[in-house]
Amino acid sequence: MSVLEDAQAMTSGEVSEFRGETTVVVPLAELKASLKKCRDAQGYEMLLDISSVDYLGEEPRFEMVYELATLDDSKHLRIKAKVAEDEDVPTASDLWKTANWHEREVYDMMGIKFAGHPQMERILMWEGYPYFPLRKDFPLAGKESNMPEVAFSGVAPLEGGPFVTSPGATREHGEPRARGES
Amino acid sequence: MVDANPNVSHTSYDSKIEGNIIITRVDAAINWMRKNSLWPMPMGLACCAIELMATASSRFDISRFGAEVMRFSPRQADVMIVAGTVTYKMALAVKRVWDQMPEPKWCIAMGACASSGGMYRSYAVLQGIDRLIPVDVYISGCPPRPEALIEGLLKLQRMIDKEQSFMAQKRVPVEA
Ligand code: SF4
Repeated sequence: MSVLEDAQAMTSGEVSEFRGETTVVVPLAELKASLKKCRDAQGYEMLLDISSVDYLGEEPRFEMVYELATLDDSKHLRIKAKVAEDEDVPTASDLWKTANWHEREVYDMMGIKFAGHPQMERILMWEGYPYFPLRKDFPLAGKESNMPEVAFSGVAPLEGGPFVTSPGATREHGEPRARGES
Repeated sequence: MVDANPNVSHTSYDSKIEGNIIITRVDAAINWMRKNSLWPMPMGLACCAIELMATASSRFDISRFGAEVMRFSPRQADVMIVAGTVTYKMALAVKRVWDQMPEPKWCIAMGACASSGGMYRSYAVLQGIDRLIPVDVYISGCPPRPEALIEGLLKLQRMIDKEQSFMAQKRVPVEA
């Protein structure tokens, strides 16, 4: 079966193809079942990565992204699910051991919690750091925080930078420009 | 050494006294000993550490300048070479290691990251180790070449040479 057929075999979910990459968007309630089915019935035995996207201003705000592959690396499949700010995502760490640290990273950077995860703690930042730094409303320069005896953080001087591109506009408008502190 | 003319005697050397005697200033002697046997504390935190290792290896051979005894215990080190990106998570650990080094001690900030945060203008990186500990020599580069580190070491040696080591002995107030 091709990747596309695999994707279509999944009962619900919107399938799209872009430059040879197949993506299925499933409702959050069916995410766990879909992942399990991919692993057990369709041969996607390997979890390559878990990541998340912050669509600030949209509802639901976040999106989980799972990258799956077959063991012989012949087929890749991407599964996505939208997550609202107050929702928990069911953990995949009982399906793939490797999901453990990926999910902790997602929690650390985005603040999405995983239900049933054996150790839902920060993995890169220190325990007690009050922010989720990869959220869109977090300034690139960082924020001040202080945990005595553990760690502190400050605001980096950006001197007008960073130089960022803007999406969706005319080419002239979208060129990299310094756009303030964040 | 026997003086050719027995009527002329040097102030600095008297062959009648057993052993050799050199007259100098205390400062000069102390500084001379200190600067030529700097034991570095290698604080290798990122890519710059690779250049630090190269500097210590045979091709560049930092032992030509007396600084080859890399000590992984801060209690035995004189100069901390901060080589790499200091993240906020690591920052207080670096400070703790620095605090454990006995006086006199010096610090070399090696590379853009250790000097100023380098290219990491971000939430996670300390913007220069000098925000936490005093730095004596900054070395530019990303990473600096081993020659640059050696140049920095020589600069530090010249600095140490000018120190008033005897007067500058730390006077620790005795607590009542
Ligand atoms: S200055 Fe450059 S080479 Fe050195 S640690 Fe920073 S990024 Fe790496």
